[in-house]
Amino acid sequence: MILGLDVGGTHTDVVFLSEKGVQKHVKVPTQPDNLFKSVLSGFALILEGVDPGRIKRVVISTTLTTNAIIQQTVTPVGMIVSAGPGIDPENFRTGDQYYAVAGSINHRGREIEPVNEIEIQTVGETFKKAGIEYVGVVSKFCVRNPSHEILIERILKDQFKQIFLGHHVSGNLNFPRRIATTYMNAAVYPLHKDFFQAVEQSLEEMGLTVPIQILKADGGTMTLGASMDFPAQTVLSGPAASIIGAIPYAPEGQDAVVLDIGGTTTDIAFLVNKTPLLEPVGIQRGGYKSLIRSLRTLSKGIGGDSALRVNDEGKLTVGPDRVGPAMAFGGSVPTPTDALVVLGLMEAGDQDRARQGIKFIADQLGMAEKEAAEHIFKICCNIILKKTFEMIDTLNAKPVYTVHDFLEGYTFSPDTILLMGGPARFFAKKIQDMYQLETIAVPYASVANAIGAALARTTCEVTVNADTEQGIVTAHEEDFSEPVSKSFSKDDLLEIAYRLLKDKAKNAGAEPDTLNEVEMVEFQEFNIVRNFSPRGKIFRTKIQLKPGLIHGYESMLNPQALDN
Amino acid sequence: MLNAPHKTGLVFFPAFDWAIDPTHPEREERLLYTQDQVREEGVFDVPEIIEYKPEIVTPKDVQRAHFCVPDEQTVTTESHLISAGGAKAIANAVMLNEVKNGFALVRPPGHHSMRVTHGGRGFCHINIEAIMVEYIRSQFGVKRIAVIDTDCHHGDGSDDIFWHDPDVLFISLHQDGRTMYPGTGFPRDLGGPNAKGSNLNIPLPPGTSTEGYLYVIENCVLPVIAAFKPDLVVNSAGQDNHYTDPLTNMNFSAQGYARLTDMLNPDIAVLEGGYAIEGALPYVNLGIILAMAGIDYSGVVEPDYDPERLKQSESITDNIKRTCDQIMTYWGQRYEMREAAGEPGQIITRHREVFYDTDNIFDRQKEKIRVCRDCGGSFEVDSKATPGNHILGVHIPINACKACREQGYEFYDQADITKYQRIYLQDRTKDLYEVKQ
Repeated sequence: MILGLDVGGTHTDVVFLSEKGVQKHVKVPTQPDNLFKSVLSGFALILEGVDPGRIKRVVISTTLTTNAIIQQTVTPVGMIVSAGPGIDPENFRTGDQYYAVAGSINHRGREIEPVNEIEIQTVGETFKKAGIEYVGVVSKFCVRNPSHEILIERILKDQFKQIFLGHHVSGNLNFPRRIATTYMNAAVYPLHKDFFQAVEQSLEEMGLTVPIQILKADGGTMTLGASMDFPAQTVLSGPAASIIGAIPYAPEGQDAVVLDIGGTTTDIAFLVNKTPLLEPVGIQRGGYKSLIRSLRTLSKGIGGDSALRVNDEGKLTVGPDRVGPAMAFGGSVPTPTDALVVLGLMEAGDQDRARQGIKFIADQLGMAEKEAAEHIFKICCNIILKKTFEMIDTLNAKPVYTVHDFLEGYTFSPDTILLMGGPARFFAKKIQDMYQLETIAVPYASVANAIGAALARTTCEVTVNADTEQGIVTAHEEDFSEPVSKSFSKDDLLEIAYRLLKDKAKNAGAEPDTLNEVEMVEFQEFNIVRNFSPRGKIFRTKIQLKPGLIHGYESMLNPQALDN
Repeated sequence: MLNAPHKTGLVFFPAFDWAIDPTHPEREERLLYTQDQVREEGVFDVPEIIEYKPEIVTPKDVQRAHFCVPDEQTVTTESHLISAGGAKAIANAVMLNEVKNGFALVRPPGHHSMRVTHGGRGFCHINIEAIMVEYIRSQFGVKRIAVIDTDCHHGDGSDDIFWHDPDVLFISLHQDGRTMYPGTGFPRDLGGPNAKGSNLNIPLPPGTSTEGYLYVIENCVLPVIAAFKPDLVVNSAGQDNHYTDPLTNMNFSAQGYARLTDMLNPDIAVLEGGYAIEGALPYVNLGIILAMAGIDYSGVVEPDYDPERLKQSESITDNIKRTCDQIMTYWGQRYEMREAAGEPGQIITRHREVFYDTDNIFDRQKEKIRVCRDCGGSFEVDSKATPGNHILGVHIPINACKACREQGYEFYDQADITKYQRIYLQDRTKDLYEVKQ
């Protein structure tokens, strides 16, 4: 028996699952200014009449960190960055307390310029005076050699509550994103810690004593303990929850698109053989870029409650804003939901108010009411699918760096669309008719996000580099480093990588039977040659525990579940 | 967040799975550290820097610039076609105004490949800039193009392909041919009879530093470009003038490269040579990218950069000034030189020998061109490779006048089929390529 809880913008959804399927689901309104209360009331409701001792797994997805970042209610952080040659680090300033200091490491991980300890102490004093309690330290190429970050931490260690180091964030190269990500981890840390310690305590009081798992933006989970070092990984876990919730219904061995049609926005995501695609470097939304592992999603400002208008050219526009609920549900502006009501597809709501709204649009378009409603419906499907196909084109146009990848590159080509969210079942038939692609409205669409959270397996990734000229194999993200000989091979590298990944996965709470869901994301091997003679080899690999579902709940797929 | 003042396109194709041979300078590892540096700097996150996937050029694209002997397939590998396709992808992005300018960071290079290509010379099999230039002319109707080759080696392949073309200004800056492969590219080499002065070769003495390079750009290259008034400026951006390059003897720097790019302001830059892959390329490439995007590059400095140590001597400075004066004199006399080269309609013959160091081929060529004041002039080139084939290639330039078109077909129709393994016709007026065998 497992529990999944997803705090959304308007509702908090909780599901109670057994191997046979959904046993119970509840929905409570989210109180944006008191998420703790929303979480607790959700748990209290779902646990009514349930023996908490039977619960083996609890997964929580919240908007806590996302909201804090958007509303800028985060904790002040002191940032120390050392850049060396390249772009001026001033461009990546995170706030007032941001200092670029001496010290430089090159792309091979060799020290070019040492850290100036006195300078670091001076910056530390400045932070203290400013009342800073949390510090982030990032040096360029720290993923190749973290010694400067470690030294700076050692100098400042006793003066601050917690120090976050850039090389722990990710094995990926990207100095500006590493600065942003390290900053975010530090900035949301106290909030995240206080919140979840309170949740953990309250659940214990309710008799729920299994370790809590937290959902991440990559659609995987981690234990509460593991989340304390990387709380920013929980941003945007909501969209990820929904996508994972669609996986049970995705076709085996094929490509599928997931469309989560909400009130204000539609999220678009991609599955290849039931595995969601990840952002290549990390979350990016608008100007905001990080190294946080994330599902590849795109949010388009169109949903059931998008405001409908007719522009100066007499053309219908949909969204991107939401003024309020549909007129059928007491709003003041016509919406696509009103069109669904007028078309007789949706039975709930005030018919007359919906017709009134659609008539307002119909008159401007010079159409009859039904005709206008049909037009609105089609335009909505068009907008969503157009954006989807654009994103698929972008996906398939991604740069390649080898002749092999150029010639053998994978082309994403979906056979199925999985629809989620409130209006999903109305859209499914229309999209299938318009685009001749099999379109499935996911069962339990309104709580699929909570189901996704409940079923998400633990994910993680490790990056391992070896440089036999320098005689070292490293995974600095894992604080791993060992000497190697010139005869070090690809097999040796992969053995280390798999071992590190398994250890990391176990620490993050992975179920033992998912430890084989490993995928090699990257492998490269180069000869190092100087003056025409071989001097060693460079090996690089990145492997991951793929996002997906825990085992034992495949019966979610049974026909009875699908009928619901 | 970092923003750039305008859009810049980048194709990054390091061909991590292709090498001439495992310890050859032109090998997989060459752009590895550049990729590391560019990624770590977050260059691809600058919203105005747009990364494009390379294309793969077709035989037709290659046939506009080359006579591949015996054919395109034999001379090239996929890697060459994708490298040229990288330049083509950038050309498309620039010509369609998706970006203001673009840089193709591709390998293998191409500027030693001549119009007739029997194989590899100077690590090059096909000329990626020339293929791109001919594509731009056919696809977008651009008439006047300047190609500025700043690789440390004489761009003898491009020099050859544009030799008779008055509409392409080709300028090569390189280490003096008396001290360096391929041993050519002297100030007197000014182009064919119909195009004198539209090829300029500027040899620089070993030890030339940033000061010397920028002097040539300012006092020679920029004034010539201003007078030529090209519709498009292409930079063959070789990076082997660097003070740490293992194959050359120059003292250029990352700051110098960025400054050069800034001054030259090319629409398209294409990577050529450069083999100091660890100490130079990451910084030089970053400098060029930032300069093209209009981002401050003042912090891009090699860790061991010491401008004092790299200063050039007075005698080098004097030598460079003299060369520039000489080049500017030739440039001023270009029309007189074309008049003096021959009478319109006259056929001028040229003999030469080409050595393919990479593939060990010796090629003996005999070229005949019609002197013309109205176009670049049609020509035929008889090329006998040892080991290899004996062929005849006939070229009719893209803007050929009627008389030259007729002359081109006369060359082609009258060629003795028994004497050659193959006879090729490259009629650029019709974008046509034919082979007789």
